[in-house]
Amino acid sequence: MAEELDRVDVVVVGTGWAGGVVSAELAKAGKDVVALEKGEEKVRSDYIGVKDELRFDNRYDIMQNLRGDTVTSRNEVDETALPIRSPQTMQIGIDTGGASVHWAGATYRYWPYEFEMRSQTIDRYGEDKIPEDMNLQDWGITYEEMEPYYEQWEYMAGIAGEQDPLAPERNQPWPNPPMMETPSLRLFKEAASNLGLHPYQLAAGNMTENYENPDGEVLNTCMYCSYCTRHGCDFDAKSDPIATVIKTANRHDNFELRHKANVRRVLYDEDENMATGVLYVDENTGLEYEQPADVVVLAAFAFANNRLLMLSGIGEQYDPETREGTLGRNFNGQYNHAFHGATGYFEDEQFNLYMGAGALGATLSDYAADNFDHSDLDFLGGGAIELRQYGFAAITSSNNVPGDTPNWGREYKDASLHYAYRTLTIWYTSNAMSYWHNYVDLDPNYTDEYGDPLLRVTYKFGDNERNIAEFGIERCTEIMEEMGADTVESGSVPDEFNHVYSGGHYTGGVVMGDDPETSVVNSYLQMWDVDNLFVVGGSAFPQHGGHHPTPTIGALAYRAAEGIQMYMDEEEGQLVQAKNRRNIT
Amino acid sequence: MADEEKKFSRRDFLKTSGVAAGGIVGGAMFGGVVGSLYTSDQETDTADQETDTESSLTHGAPLDDARTYFSRREDFETLAAATEVIYPEDDNGPGAIELGVPYFIDRQCNEFWGRNAREYMMGPYDYTASSTHGYQAKITRAEMLLNGVRRLREVSQEDHDDEFYDLDEDTQIGILEDFEAGDVEVPGAAGGDFFSLLRTMTIQGVYADPVYGGNRDYGGWRMIQFPGPRMGWINEIESEEFQEIEPEGLRTYQGGGM
Repeated sequence: MAEELDRVDVVVVGTGWAGGVVSAELAKAGKDVVALEKGEEKVRSDYIGVKDELRFDNRYDIMQNLRGDTVTSRNEVDETALPIRSPQTMQIGIDTGGASVHWAGATYRYWPYEFEMRSQTIDRYGEDKIPEDMNLQDWGITYEEMEPYYEQWEYMAGIAGEQDPLAPERNQPWPNPPMMETPSLRLFKEAASNLGLHPYQLAAGNMTENYENPDGEVLNTCMYCSYCTRHGCDFDAKSDPIATVIKTANRHDNFELRHKANVRRVLYDEDENMATGVLYVDENTGLEYEQPADVVVLAAFAFANNRLLMLSGIGEQYDPETREGTLGRNFNGQYNHAFHGATGYFEDEQFNLYMGAGALGATLSDYAADNFDHSDLDFLGGGAIELRQYGFAAITSSNNVPGDTPNWGREYKDASLHYAYRTLTIWYTSNAMSYWHNYVDLDPNYTDEYGDPLLRVTYKFGDNERNIAEFGIERCTEIMEEMGADTVESGSVPDEFNHVYSGGHYTGGVVMGDDPETSVVNSYLQMWDVDNLFVVGGSAFPQHGGHHPTPTIGALAYRAAEGIQMYMDEEEGQLVQAKNRRNIT
Repeated sequence: MADEEKKFSRRDFLKTSGVAAGGIVGGAMFGGVVGSLYTSDQETDTADQETDTESSLTHGAPLDDARTYFSRREDFETLAAATEVIYPEDDNGPGAIELGVPYFIDRQCNEFWGRNAREYMMGPYDYTASSTHGYQAKITRAEMLLNGVRRLREVSQEDHDDEFYDLDEDTQIGILEDFEAGDVEVPGAAGGDFFSLLRTMTIQGVYADPVYGGNRDYGGWRMIQFPGPRMGWINEIESEEFQEIEPEGLRTYQGGGM
């Protein structure tokens, strides 16, 4: 039997940007907050002295151990899904700070068009432009409404950047100046400018100056050591929850963070239609605990947010046969259709590509969102074209051989040593749409170590994914040719989703909106059906924007934190008037 | 410079000492002799000694180390020979054997990666069910490598009447190409998976930090011009010139109480 613990005001599941922001804001507001992290405690010194490519990039040291829990995956609704067994193909952040510790730091806001993608597409191109199989939706919030939350997150995180010449003018400048320019970035920018495009320096979660954020947390100047993405920063120089929001929350006695606390259920009172707390297992002892709370905040990765609701019997499961139900509907993400482009091999130029930082890069928005006319194009949306200089260590760099080179033996060795640091890749960070046939539910065959069903992902590309990939490859190829590479290789459009979950940009299933018939949470990420349950994170994206998702998750977390305080202090019940009340019980 | 410090390799030893690879030699004596030779800074004119490539190329590995997963010596010799074909010694520098890659793989087999301790390993299993769902095998990576190495030996015996490590390089390449194409069945592994694993582990052994047992003397990093971890590159990163920097690894980086 689970031991029942003392009631708290708020229990937060997860400690990434979503859970971290909510925890910090509610702790600052004086609420009694308990945050539960499934993984281990990690502090800064866990990342000092451990700059090790094999351990973090090839053995996935700070990704979830899949032994007890993964997802199953299939393309078609009538297939049997198979479990994704290895962290090579399933990387989910874990431990203090979650995926927000190993993130790269690339920072974009989504565009005004993207938040109102359905209505603005209809306005500009007519309803016929939207394919019948696509569940294109507005987010139930506008860019103008999101702007203050973006700014709040960016200042908390100390983002370093410059104004994108094509983006809406910022109300405040970025809190830090942009990162340094390197020869490879300069080459990209010059080539893009020659083509009449508008390159600029990618905004970064890497500090360019010593910085004190509005909560008083101090971050240090990035040293460009390159051990950034998939690693934790050793210097508080990449913004992450350990350096910021978790530290802020921990300054308050009314906040408690419990590690190895694996939440298995939201406790739910069906008669009252209220969440009453959560059930979790202490992964050190195997003992179970019930943590009662006035407000429950699910702020885990998109997979876990969906699955916890399903396991707890909360919400109406989406069924692709009837197209009824909202939970698990509109599951989306930047799968293997995104991040295609072109690779250039330079015979006479060797770049210092082993130096870098997670978000050191150059980018352009000419082909993002609806910044270009889609009248004659066979897809909706767009994305950034980026050149990144992450800093590439030896194992990664040894893959840089032209496509017709064997990948082992004498010819491989010779070519890989030659091209390791003479290779540049640019890519298109394209939108990902939602379709009636893509969703998540509970798997009928595979279980976790406790016997609970795994989450099952059913996902295949729509035409939009292949067409947008092809468009991006063409544009990237033009730029790479202008960059003067001796050999330019264009990416190839993938046939189908390949069940590789290595990029972390998986979203939806508990989507936000203004209509309970097509969304699970309102624009404060409050569940339509359950007033005291907030589901925060990428799970709220109705479709995936054409940029990296993290800043939008951070901004939504500030929005949710504001909503939770309003709910607790001012107005119980729903914070937003539903557009269509039919489904509300 | 590194090239001048190149250590006396197992291959050289086999040539000069006349120890045949198939021979069984007393461990203590053998280790003692080889250890002293291997750790010496004695320079050798390898060019003069490399006329007899057939008998030496595929044999052995640096002997100042020991295996803890591959029990049968012949299995380990086969693994070593295969890694050397995948990443051969050439004018650029050392191959997989001299870099310690066979020992790197042996150790990886014995720890969490080889034992699949971070994988979802609950059934039902069907390694033939899909070619796009990544790892679906019931066996661990270590078992897959062992099964594959045993198949390499069987195929070599069946088709060429010899151990894999006694075959010439072209024949070895041909056999490995068959494994790569999935034309040879390896128990529990879908077509090509054993070779793909072997290839990946070999490259990782060449380029991972030397603390894992491969990339000996930073030979892999030196060839690819990767300097290893440092506090940062803020003073160099804007440079137009490629910075060639002598490699240092975690042993140096963590040194001094880091």
